[in-house]
Amino acid sequence: MIKESDLQAEQASQREVVPAGDYYMRELKAGQTLRILDLEGNQAADTLFYSAADPSERYSAMDTIREQGNVYLTAGTKLLSNLGRVMLTITADTCGRHDTLGGACATESNTVRYSLDKKCMHACRDSWLLAVAENEQYGLTKRDITHNINFFMNVPITAAGGLTFEDGISGAGKYVEMRAEMDVIVLMSNCPQLNNPCNGYNPTPVEMLIWDAA
Amino acid sequence: MNSTISQEPIYQEVINGAAHWSVTVPAGKTLRFTNPEGASNVSLLFYNPKDLLERYNAPDTLKCQHTFKLTKGNCLYSDMGRVFCSITRDDTGWIDSVGGLANKQKVAEKWGERSYQTQGNLWLQNGYDAMLVELAKYGLGKRDMAANINLFSKVAADAEGNLQFEQNASKAGDVIELRFEMDTLVLMTTCPHPMNPASEYPNHGVEVAMLEADPVSEDDYCRNFRPENGRGFENTERYRCVSQASTCCEA
Repeated sequence: MIKESDLQAEQASQREVVPAGDYYMRELKAGQTLRILDLEGNQAADTLFYSAADPSERYSAMDTIREQGNVYLTAGTKLLSNLGRVMLTITADTCGRHDTLGGACATESNTVRYSLDKKCMHACRDSWLLAVAENEQYGLTKRDITHNINFFMNVPITAAGGLTFEDGISGAGKYVEMRAEMDVIVLMSNCPQLNNPCNGYNPTPVEMLIWDAA
Repeated sequence: MNSTISQEPIYQEVINGAAHWSVTVPAGKTLRFTNPEGASNVSLLFYNPKDLLERYNAPDTLKCQHTFKLTKGNCLYSDMGRVFCSITRDDTGWIDSVGGLANKQKVAEKWGERSYQTQGNLWLQNGYDAMLVELAKYGLGKRDMAANINLFSKVAADAEGNLQFEQNASKAGDVIELRFEMDTLVLMTTCPHPMNPASEYPNHGVEVAMLEADPVSEDDYCRNFRPENGRGFENTERYRCVSQASTCCEA
């Protein structure tokens, strides 16, 4: 569902451009709103959320899609934790659909998807692992790297049960916005994928904007 | 073609409904699940017993095989690009990859609350707690619970992405066989699927048998099901070589 935001970028309390292939890890307080802005288009923002109070509570793709009865995420979707609680609500979306089935690229899965010699290419799970290693204050490790959201990715499902990778429905300036319903840790890898056409083999930066509770 | 249905099992037993269990399955063995009345659900998770940080990865499995449903020919991948097991037989045609597990609140909402004191073993166990118990046996916990699969359950999506649990997708006597390509710790629960619309708590068990699998040939159905699976098998074979060699040296 296309829904534009009323929030003005000039009023954001924090703004940070995340280069392609880099990660963003930050605490978001309950009531704050986060916008992920696809600056040049066709990026994939591979994102995980953890409860800041107890990171063993985290975003659950299964709980989220089952309880909303739909596999795609958009404005109005509540992002649920593994304990079935609402972590964030998507409040605005100018793409209309985001994927939570396709997961993140990894050096290991790249060998399976593309060819065995792709092992040394940069991948999103590398970015997450670097993030948890560099941010020991959160106490996260590889065991916390779970099934994520791919903001801006379009992965339609067929009635026969197929999974297809379509051209992105994102574009320069499109964004998705969500309000934190609890204090959360945001861990986002700005997808460095160079093996498939999801970003036209041209990884680009995204911008992360935060507004404080009104 | 790869079915081991005619073989004598090495081991077999019945797992009651609303129960949980785990077993380490060696590479080269098959687990055969039989749905006695057609109404069972079996939720599964997979771990590498030598490195519990290596576990079933739903998105890698779905994405690399371009599929939302799992069935014969599909392989179940770890997060390390290896194949835990291949689905060598699936009489149902559709194994659920997204429904997850019901928790205590969900079960109470759908089927009411019952206590162990009044109901004994007919109390209404939930899949989430059942898996937590099995995880804890190996020093694992909530943080290690990955997205699971559900045998004998079908969850489809329409063009708009709306999810539908399909009742009666499995028939009495349906068999699903998983052939293990590496040593794997398998966690399972027979608690009901969270989307099952049954008015009464569905309390149905499953028959599980372990069998010797035929060696994987070059023209193996699962290995050749997609080019990705050939590479997944190659990764797994390399790992088996190394991990078995080191066991040898230690012994």
